[in-house]
Amino acid sequence: MIRMENVRKAFDDNHVLNGMNLEIAKGTSMVIIGGSGTGKSVALKSVLGLIQPDSGEIYVDGRPSGSGDRDKFLARFGMLFQGGALFDSLPVWQNVAFRLLRGALKRPAEEAREIAIEKLRRVGLKANVADRLPAELSGGMQKRVGLARAIAAEPEIIFFDEPTTGLDPIMSGVINDLIREIVVEMGATAMTITHDMTSVRAIADNVAMLHDGVIQWTGQVGDMDQSGDPYMEQFIHGRAEGPIEAVR
Amino acid sequence: MNPIAFLARLGRTALAGLSAVGRAALFALRAFSHMVRPPYYPREFLQALLNIGWLSLPVVGLTAIFTGGALALQIYAGGARFNAEAVVPQIVAIGMVRELGPVLVGLMIAARVTSSIAAEIATMKVTEQIDALVTLSTHPMKYLVAPRVLAALITVPVLVGVGDIIGIMGGYTVAVQNLGFNSAAYLKNTVDFLEPLDIISSLTKGAAFGTIAAMMGCYYGMQSGRGAQGVGRATKGSVESAAVLILAANFVLTGVFFSL
Repeated sequence: MIRMENVRKAFDDNHVLNGMNLEIAKGTSMVIIGGSGTGKSVALKSVLGLIQPDSGEIYVDGRPSGSGDRDKFLARFGMLFQGGALFDSLPVWQNVAFRLLRGALKRPAEEAREIAIEKLRRVGLKANVADRLPAELSGGMQKRVGLARAIAAEPEIIFFDEPTTGLDPIMSGVINDLIREIVVEMGATAMTITHDMTSVRAIADNVAMLHDGVIQWTGQVGDMDQSGDPYMEQFIHGRAEGPIEAVR
Repeated sequence: MNPIAFLARLGRTALAGLSAVGRAALFALRAFSHMVRPPYYPREFLQALLNIGWLSLPVVGLTAIFTGGALALQIYAGGARFNAEAVVPQIVAIGMVRELGPVLVGLMIAARVTSSIAAEIATMKVTEQIDALVTLSTHPMKYLVAPRVLAALITVPVLVGVGDIIGIMGGYTVAVQNLGFNSAAYLKNTVDFLEPLDIISSLTKGAAFGTIAAMMGCYYGMQSGRGAQGVGRATKGSVESAAVLILAANFVLTGVFFSL
């Protein structure tokens, strides 16, 4: 389980998180929605320790986030980055098997390559992609490679940062289906941030609405349309009028 | 301007400058500490050796040969004013080995390697590849910084040595082909005149300049701001800082070796 308690983070005068509280139950898929610049990525990166909160506590399975052996802590996580964040200089298979080629999870190169190809197949890519460089792939293929890398070491917790941004609706649907299938298949806990409502309905068990640095509403995805929360309703229906001020 | 406001502004500028120096110094200390602690990444180190050392050879060689040739002509012309043309081999040798070889190689490395390291790491930061490294249990200081700095520390002295030799040979070619020097006498004068301390000073400067060049590239890359502008600023800042620090370090090291 992931628990965030009164987490605050500011960058100079910009207060991004203002006492955020959130719980994600083990084995469930939580999607955090909210407008651009509302601190969704900051919240996600705070759990991983990529950003240090100014105050508040974050617990993963009851232990403070980042406590103990950092490598062991990080080995429990997989993450799909918004732009893929693939390493340009490495071929696809080495990107996917990055964790398996070095450090605590190191395996022989042949075995790591086989696992990488198996994971590439799992996300719908052919084995002949393995030796190509990331720059030779389309955006959708890069996302799939990023997804294969996120699941390569079979993590318990997977983070998805804007998984469908920049993709066409068909490819977005493919990625959403893959995320759902993989999370269920692995029994992993998932935390996704997005503002794509189609994605939310496809992959979420639970939804949280982040605005002004706090969670305005949280509940099951099925209750989202009848939330009665003005922030949720404005966001879901994409209205310009409402409590969320659109920056024009 | 109000004198208090002027003083306040001066103080803020001085503090910002000191703070930047402190950050860079702490970064360098962290880089050295990661260099000596496992895990090590030999593949990245070998790649950096290739990029910094082998692939810099053409630019270092060309810079050195033209500088050595020009130096021989200048010394000949200057020496002729007081009938001292014969000192060309000795002055070319000492000039290249003690001063021009290390400084020019250092500046070439700053232009070629520092800029490339800064741009590469800054782009990785902007595209979240550095964050991805962390999530994959890989420390960016160990994976990106330590191999590059270590490779520069090892290869730049070698490049300086190669540059010194090529520069001397540039002077030799001009002196023998154009100025009528005897080939064997030129080489003998060169070898006889150089002392071990000259070579030690050259290689030490190379190690220092290589470390500065790689460190500045890594530092500015890791501190880069967002977007293309951030990458551009990091690249520009890294080359400027590396060049200035190399020249300052050259002055300090020359003073140190002068006093030995």
